[in-house]
Amino acid sequence: MQNRIDQLFAKKQHGILNIYCTAGFPQLNDTLPVMTALQQHGADIIELGMPFSDPLADGPVIQNSGTIALQNGMSLRVLFEQLQHFRERIHIPVILMGYLNPVLLYGVEAFVKKCAETGIDGIILPDLPMAEYEEVYKPIFEKYNVHLIFLVTPETSDARLRKLDSLSKGFLYAVSSSSTTGKDKDINMQQSYFERLQQMKLSNPVLIGFNIRDKASFDAAAQYANGAIIGTAFIRAIENSKNIDETVRTFIATIK
Amino acid sequence: MDIAINTSHSKYQVDKNGYYGRFGGAYIPEMLYPNVEELQQQYLSILSDPAFQQEFEALLHDYVGRPSPLYFAKRLSEKYNAQIYLKREDLNHTGAHKVNNTIGQILLAKRLGKKRIIAETGAGQHGVATATVCALMGLECVVYMGSIDIERQAPNVARMKMLGATVIPATSGSKTLKDATNEAIRDWINNPTDTHYILGTAAGPHPYPDMVARLQSVISEEIKKQLFAKTGDAHPDYVVACIGGGSNAAGAFFHYLDAEDVKLVAVEAGGKGVHSGFSAATTQLGKIGIIHASKTLLMQTEDGQIVEPHSISAGLDYPGIGPMHAHLYESGRAMFLDATDDEALAAAYELSKLEGIIPAMESAHALAKLKDLPLNAADVVVVCLSGRGDKDLDTYIRHMNK
Ligand SMILES: Cc1ncc(COP(=O)(O)O)c(C=O)c1O
Repeated sequence: MQNRIDQLFAKKQHGILNIYCTAGFPQLNDTLPVMTALQQHGADIIELGMPFSDPLADGPVIQNSGTIALQNGMSLRVLFEQLQHFRERIHIPVILMGYLNPVLLYGVEAFVKKCAETGIDGIILPDLPMAEYEEVYKPIFEKYNVHLIFLVTPETSDARLRKLDSLSKGFLYAVSSSSTTGKDKDINMQQSYFERLQQMKLSNPVLIGFNIRDKASFDAAAQYANGAIIGTAFIRAIENSKNIDETVRTFIATIK
Repeated sequence: MDIAINTSHSKYQVDKNGYYGRFGGAYIPEMLYPNVEELQQQYLSILSDPAFQQEFEALLHDYVGRPSPLYFAKRLSEKYNAQIYLKREDLNHTGAHKVNNTIGQILLAKRLGKKRIIAETGAGQHGVATATVCALMGLECVVYMGSIDIERQAPNVARMKMLGATVIPATSGSKTLKDATNEAIRDWINNPTDTHYILGTAAGPHPYPDMVARLQSVISEEIKKQLFAKTGDAHPDYVVACIGGGSNAAGAFFHYLDAEDVKLVAVEAGGKGVHSGFSAATTQLGKIGIIHASKTLLMQTEDGQIVEPHSISAGLDYPGIGPMHAHLYESGRAMFLDATDDEALAAAYELSKLEGIIPAMESAHALAKLKDLPLNAADVVVVCLSGRGDKDLDTYIRHMNK
């Protein structure tokens, strides 16, 4: 089967909405209800965060959601149990995002295999070095047809950008400014970087993430790329939700 | 002075990819790539530049007060039936070995054109040493410190502030050194162009473990000369150092790494006992993984979450060790022991009474293992006395009254 991320970009090139949520948050068993609501109300891709004790690239809001998820009892094993039958209900692409340490301990091949078996389409591991992926892990991801998605930033040189683009599969994750998640830098300040990305005619679709928090920032980013990724603002929205489905519906309605 | 540039032949030194055996590397998110890459490209040429070395040497001599004495501890030697020498890093300006590294890195930061300095600190010694060199060079200084450590090392917090630094509490996780380091790394991500991160121990992404080890290697360079002058032999039987991330140990071991006749002893913080659930003895409790962008040994759960460690000493309260030390452990080149909170306290009291020297809580861990080494009267032992105990007086007083 063709990877669901590729299927999506084959039929839709504009305004793709990717929403990040932390697995096991706000309650341990909210993972599937949140994912179901995201699909139901119009997200195109779900990025599911695997909580980690020391998330270096994350700001306080996502850090805190991970801490709560871990306190709730979330772990890779629990997550894969929750995801066992999710493809019966959810058909949009799902990406796991997390840090390398838990994946290394689980075993990279065992992890990627498990992702393929449960129906995960892609993985983002911001602290996995490009060279190590290329030399060691790439064949594993290819064998299971699970895409590894790389990040680029405004500081990434053209040469490195090309290299990351050649290794990334599914799409390229363009971090809008060099920052941790959940800052509110002005997206419009990054115009020249976004234009540089456009002019490079990259081989992958591009989604812009970080600092995307509302309709204005989503639209601003989406005009330069195939779409954008919302994380912190969504975590904030569901943090104290009494009715997940309703909260997700309202949240997405404000963006779309 | 030679800050040990030509060392790549050693099997215990970093290789060209930034690894010590299977440990090391730079597991950084892309946001840090330009900064870390710049350091990787430049650190060796900057450190080996004669102008840099001259400036470094002059500051170590005139400002830090080096060489630090190698003191023959007569009464301690009698007690433990060996020839015990203390490498007096406690007599450095600012009171610990940490300043050797911060002097080197501030000179490097200036050459890289950085305007703003950040650092993490546990005991506050590295924070003070960083605030000090920033004052000296007129650079802005921000220090991250766990909120628990801010309480237990209050004098050092006051010193940093007096030196003009901003101290930002790290309130996530265990609220200690690990979390302060996370916050410093996040700051660096958010300030990608004007900021240099002065990491205070031999940990973190390549090139930090190697860069810090080289800057601290002045410790063993001096030990060799001083010991030769005193005994006619530059090689002791043992070199003993405490290990948090591993910078004073790296410096004390550096020039002995390939001298297999010298036994290297690293002492970790056992906390309330290695299996008490309140410990920081990484080699005993850890597995390979990634902490602070380095592949090394660290304490983690079955799910790969990093464990919150415990030590009475803020400087050793860290759930990992630098990759050089992970390799020294795995290769068997160094012997790894651990000292409990209580053993360290007893050793601190003992050194105070026998030699009139109040050691830092961290250094007391190294001293605490003298009793466990199989020593003979002729054995020459060098203990790296990494810092002085002023910052720990609250802790010492509290336990004195018990
Ligand atoms: C006096 C002293 N010794 C030792 C340490 C531990 O650090 P390292 O293992 O890097 O030498 C510290 C850290 O704060 C310290 O202040």
